[in-house]
Amino acid sequence: MTLLGQFSLWLALFTALWGAGAAFFGRPALRPDMARTATRSTYGVAAALAVAALCLWKGLFAHDFNIEYVAQYTSRNLPTSYVFAAFWAGQKGSLLFWATILSLFGAAAQTVTSRRHAALLPHVAAVTNLVIAFFVITMLFAANPFERLLFTPEDGRGLNPQLQNPGMTIHPPMLYLGYISITIPFAFAMAALLAKRLDTGWIHAMRKWTILSWLFLSAGITLGMWWAYVELGWGGYWAWDPVENASLLPWLTMTAFLHSVMIQEKRGMLKRWNAGLIVTSFILSIFGTFITRSGIIASVHSFAQGSVGAFFLTFLVVSSVLSFALLYIRWPLLEPEARLESMASREAAFLFNNLALVGIAFSVLWGTLFPIISEAVRGTKITVGPPFFNRVNVPLGLFLVALTGIGPLIAWRKASARNLRRQFIIPVATGVLTGVVLLALGIRNGWALTAWALCGFVAGTVTQEFWRGIRARTRMHGESVPVALAHLVSRNRRRYGGYIVHVGIITYIVAFAGLAFKVTKEVTLSPGQSADVRSPYGHTYQLTHLGVSQYSQLNRFVSAASLEVKRDGVSIGRMTSEKRQHLDSFGRKTFEPSTEVAIRSDLREDLYVVYAGSVNGTDQATYALTINPLVMWVWLGAGILIAGGLITMWPGGTVISARRRSETEAGYEAPLVGAGVTE
Amino acid sequence: MNRRDLLRGALLSLAGLPAVRRVAGAQTAGAARDSTAGDPLFRPDAVQRRAVATAGDNDPVVKDLEKKLKCTCGCNLDIYVCRTTDFTCQYSPALHTEVLDLRSAGKTPDEVVAAFVAKYGEQILMAPPPEGFNLAGYLVPGVGVAIVGTLIGLVLLRRARLAAPAPAIPSGPAVTAASAADREKLRRALADVQD
Repeated sequence: MTLLGQFSLWLALFTALWGAGAAFFGRPALRPDMARTATRSTYGVAAALAVAALCLWKGLFAHDFNIEYVAQYTSRNLPTSYVFAAFWAGQKGSLLFWATILSLFGAAAQTVTSRRHAALLPHVAAVTNLVIAFFVITMLFAANPFERLLFTPEDGRGLNPQLQNPGMTIHPPMLYLGYISITIPFAFAMAALLAKRLDTGWIHAMRKWTILSWLFLSAGITLGMWWAYVELGWGGYWAWDPVENASLLPWLTMTAFLHSVMIQEKRGMLKRWNAGLIVTSFILSIFGTFITRSGIIASVHSFAQGSVGAFFLTFLVVSSVLSFALLYIRWPLLEPEARLESMASREAAFLFNNLALVGIAFSVLWGTLFPIISEAVRGTKITVGPPFFNRVNVPLGLFLVALTGIGPLIAWRKASARNLRRQFIIPVATGVLTGVVLLALGIRNGWALTAWALCGFVAGTVTQEFWRGIRARTRMHGESVPVALAHLVSRNRRRYGGYIVHVGIITYIVAFAGLAFKVTKEVTLSPGQSADVRSPYGHTYQLTHLGVSQYSQLNRFVSAASLEVKRDGVSIGRMTSEKRQHLDSFGRKTFEPSTEVAIRSDLREDLYVVYAGSVNGTDQATYALTINPLVMWVWLGAGILIAGGLITMWPGGTVISARRRSETEAGYEAPLVGAGVTE
Repeated sequence: MNRRDLLRGALLSLAGLPAVRRVAGAQTAGAARDSTAGDPLFRPDAVQRRAVATAGDNDPVVKDLEKKLKCTCGCNLDIYVCRTTDFTCQYSPALHTEVLDLRSAGKTPDEVVAAFVAKYGEQILMAPPPEGFNLAGYLVPGVGVAIVGTLIGLVLLRRARLAAPAPAIPSGPAVTAASAADREKLRRALADVQD
């Protein structure tokens, strides 16, 4: 099986290089056979890598511990779902996963892209093939998942207990899908630059890919937050760890792109900026992978170090130089068709939105790299942790939230004072009212208060936009409010889907601000003893330690500490936090005992209980108790954001091209004023 | 499960005890107990050992201090998060004790931080002090955004000043009230635009 896997990797490499060569050197614009060779090579690469992936899964499920990767990440008693997920648990498997999924995306891009953009496809194939070739080369020469051991261990080491969580089956693949799928918009951008087809065609060809990629990244990042929250036991979901930061970087630049591309479609502006943003997003996705795999920056997420870091660094440098050089060469062809005319215009608002997003991305990158910069400049090692990132990014983030409310309200080109008054009065009043009410309720934390007031402002904006649209439809078409809402959204999915995404974002912000009111307490309790924790909402939880149960379960020995929980004297149930000692199939300990958190959630707050350990090996237990306000809003925000994103990209929409739109607008204004009224 | 555990399990089963072993405490839930010591666990090695939580562990000043100081185990977390999360860490409990000792000796929070920096170097801080070269770390992103934003604003204002006044709408026939046909045309046009 490993032989077939190895062969498949080599086959994928040669096919990818052959396809790329056909596109770059075969003049596909003049020779259809070369164009076909390039595009069809993607199917060959996908097939070869799919075979390699199946070979690795076969080795994992067959417990072939002679394969180093299988021995390293699985054991005979590992539950089946985690044997499946072990594919991406380690460096080597995740590289194969990355290459395989990219090849499938590459083949899908060839299949689903409209024939109108056929001229771009050979170059798209070439770029995706080259990226795949890099991953395959890295596997073949630095991290081969089919490497065999000189002996066969009787059992594998098993999967790290923290990875034995349902999140493992979905968070890494989702994040990888986000990272990987950025390659497709990047390939379209490169193809447009290579083929000198720099009209809005490439934008339309890759728009849904960009949203898809952004959605995968959003879901992957949020799932990572959820996993960290339920599994790691520290009571938080974001630690500004370098690898977390690395996932945020391309998300920020892609968010900027999704906004600025509207200006290119509407007004033919920001062409260079948009091409630069897509290239930057791709480079940042590779940079994130480099950070994870090189060990250059200390992170809890890092894979084992090795020569892989050097491969990634080389690829990072080469792809950056080539991409930006191509962009520079095509610079004169990317002249804007119009110019910004006013500060009070939607274009300007979007430009400032881009500035804030790219500014945050830069500050995150700057903070992540600052320890290295400081050591190089001063020779002093420093740590850049959450206090730094919060101090630098919170003001920029609030600026961005404000722009989220401002952007949709301002007219294109130039807004009049009357327009501004009419548009802003309700949202601003909503924001101010939110702030006043919260102040009256006793909220005194300035950052949280500002964040929630701005969220009120954005909520006012979105509600006003929906309400005006619904009202127009009910008046014009006589529709009921629910029908008008459905038609409003379905007939302009991009606009109203975008507003729903904004609601998702402010739901996140509401949750983040809630962290300012977190309560933590450590207690040691003997069975029957109780401890009180006071919630920021004013009520008190009383937790009574019931005792510790110990039993065997699946591939682990469990010590479960239980608490009876009362809120203001009323019983609300029992919570159990566990210690899990994982064992191999011979009953030997594989890792240190890990912790399973007990969480009781509602819309207001989470009661978060961690069984920290026992005193002198007895059932006297020490607990870390945390009350986390508004955490559920993070997960709600993710659901809303993804729903909005899916609406924007749902097929069958009626988004018209920029050219058609401008023609439609011109043809629609003239008859109304010039002919229609005077006839 | 090894042979010893298997044998022990078999003996317990023969004795009529449940296979899932529960300690006495679990069966006396709710009963008031004033003893601070608990009953021994069946497998104490399967659980990390922890000290009894003290008032010092919950002192907000200590917590705030520990959130500013990094654990030296290499986890990249602050002392507070590490000691309340990674229960296998040997470093964070010791560093916590160090903080408590310094506080007990009458040191102010700033003096505790200074003592840690003197002992472990600047790297012990979770965020570099905003002074000297570190100021670049804090200011570059915000100042960069402010400068670029100001430049964009200035360019836009300059363009607005230089822009020629909008051409007047050429005089034509007076606009009269729209007819029913016009309104229908407008309705269709708006519907098209909405679509």
